[in-house]
Amino acid sequence: MTDRLILGIESSCDETGVGIVRLGPDGSMELLADEVASSVEEHARFGGVVPEVASRAHLEAMVPTMRRAVEQAGIQLRDVHSIAVTAGPGLAGALLVGVSAAKAYAAALDKPLYGVNHLAGHVAADTLQHGPLPKRCLALLVSGGHSQLLLVEGLAERITEIGSTVDDAAGEAYDKVARLLDLPYPGGPPIDKLAKQGNGCAIAFPRGLTGPRDSKYDFSFSGLKTSVARWVEKQERAGEEIPLADVAASFQEAVADVLTAKAIRACKDFGVDTLVISGGVAANSRLSGLAAERCAEAGIELRVPKPRLCTDNGAMIAALGAHLVAAGAKPSSLDLSTTPGLPVGTIQIH
Amino acid sequence: MLVLALDTATPAVTAGVVELTPDSLPRLLAERVTVNSKAHGELLTPHLQAALAEAGHTLADLDAIVCGSGPGPFTGLRVGLVTAAALGQALNRPVYPVPTPDAIALDAATGRPLLVATDARRKEVYWAAYDAAGRRTDGPHVDRPADLVGKLPAVSDAAGEGAEIYADVLNLPVVQARYPSPVSLVAVAAEELLAGARPAALTPLYLRRPDAVEPVGRKRVTKA
Ligand SMILES: [Zn+2]
Repeated sequence: MTDRLILGIESSCDETGVGIVRLGPDGSMELLADEVASSVEEHARFGGVVPEVASRAHLEAMVPTMRRAVEQAGIQLRDVHSIAVTAGPGLAGALLVGVSAAKAYAAALDKPLYGVNHLAGHVAADTLQHGPLPKRCLALLVSGGHSQLLLVEGLAERITEIGSTVDDAAGEAYDKVARLLDLPYPGGPPIDKLAKQGNGCAIAFPRGLTGPRDSKYDFSFSGLKTSVARWVEKQERAGEEIPLADVAASFQEAVADVLTAKAIRACKDFGVDTLVISGGVAANSRLSGLAAERCAEAGIELRVPKPRLCTDNGAMIAALGAHLVAAGAKPSSLDLSTTPGLPVGTIQIH
Repeated sequence: MLVLALDTATPAVTAGVVELTPDSLPRLLAERVTVNSKAHGELLTPHLQAALAEAGHTLADLDAIVCGSGPGPFTGLRVGLVTAAALGQALNRPVYPVPTPDAIALDAATGRPLLVATDARRKEVYWAAYDAAGRRTDGPHVDRPADLVGKLPAVSDAAGEGAEIYADVLNLPVVQARYPSPVSLVAVAAEELLAGARPAALTPLYLRRPDAVEPVGRKRVTKA
């Protein structure tokens, strides 16, 4: 068997992504292209992703992004072996642009189509950098849209959600706290930067869902966000200056503490020795730093893909497609539907 | 020449294969149309494949693609445009956008001034007006039917689903051309197609801005 080129298309939120992965006969994967067009700047003044703005941007960006990816990979579209596309979860209108395009490419090129799960794609992204995953591992997905703990028993076989947020996603909490502190959107990078000059122990913000009777692996960030707001407003009322760096650092400490504590506990409970952290918030320095410390203590191997692979992109979808092709999965039908609320357990929609 | 016609600007998911020659009217070889405003994404590609198969052709046989550019409900409208754009890129064929009401006007062609109105949801219509020769004289615009009555140039008939839904407000005889047909979509672009003209940009006619509000200040969680 020869090399197979897998094309990945992503459009579930505000990034239009096209990735191309070369799948070797031995199952090895090489990333040939990873092109992303982001509409994040168009959403900034709204303080969050506006679905219609994102969908319009996807339509405009789809063909140019594809063109750049094909050029970057130095291939011809007709050389592609299979096409993978995010079918869910995500914004309905945004998903529809990518899936419609993917169907047209599949029909025009007469190649099989795989409608895949965006969340599984985030985990698959790591295999582009660190190679195959062990038979069982845990994945912590953290971004503006997701906060999940997953038990991964084969990327093409079985992924089980063992915990998720009961309210806001971790990245959403960052965005809201950033607004509170008059920092730009998206909130992750500016809070991370500011937090480096502050003291994470300065203010004891609450750790959501960490009581003895609380759900062991679920997260809650809404209370934390409110408590930061209350603290800031109390200072303002008292006419005190707000120690922005300490607030940012203490908030970030609370997020990183809960996420890593729960992830490591899950690793121990499920008897796995590898933890993957992916999603846009994985790039957060305190989260990865604390995770590295605690994983080392617990004898767990930590895998965090580079930031470019952590955020939404087509490469992760191509990688997941490659895992499915390598496993001999059956292609999806061309009347495939998008599923905005797709559960992570459904790796592929037929 | 062999042309694929697509339109998703109305509840009709439309795909047709049309033969176009310089000296005769466009001829329909096969079409697949399903009226379902929620199924554009699922059905468009299977429809165009089925129409091509029935016509005895494959995508590789196409010379060009024509796609309705709206106006129409955004989510469905984008399905047609992105499908056409991707097909055009992968097959290396030109894609010609066509305003959807122009095709409906051609289908209706009463020889009298005409209003074409399609359903814009939110109790509004997308509309355009045409003279007796079928030339567009106004629009496309989006308005509430009652407001449109005041702005409308003199027309004798109305076509399109919007004209049917709001027939009692518009008070015009309704002619039967509810959705754009593949033949009319191709006919609207026939001159450019036959001349091999450089296609216009594949830009959707949204006519409305996205719903989005900029946040003003921040909400307090404690009482001031
Ligand atoms: Zn994501």
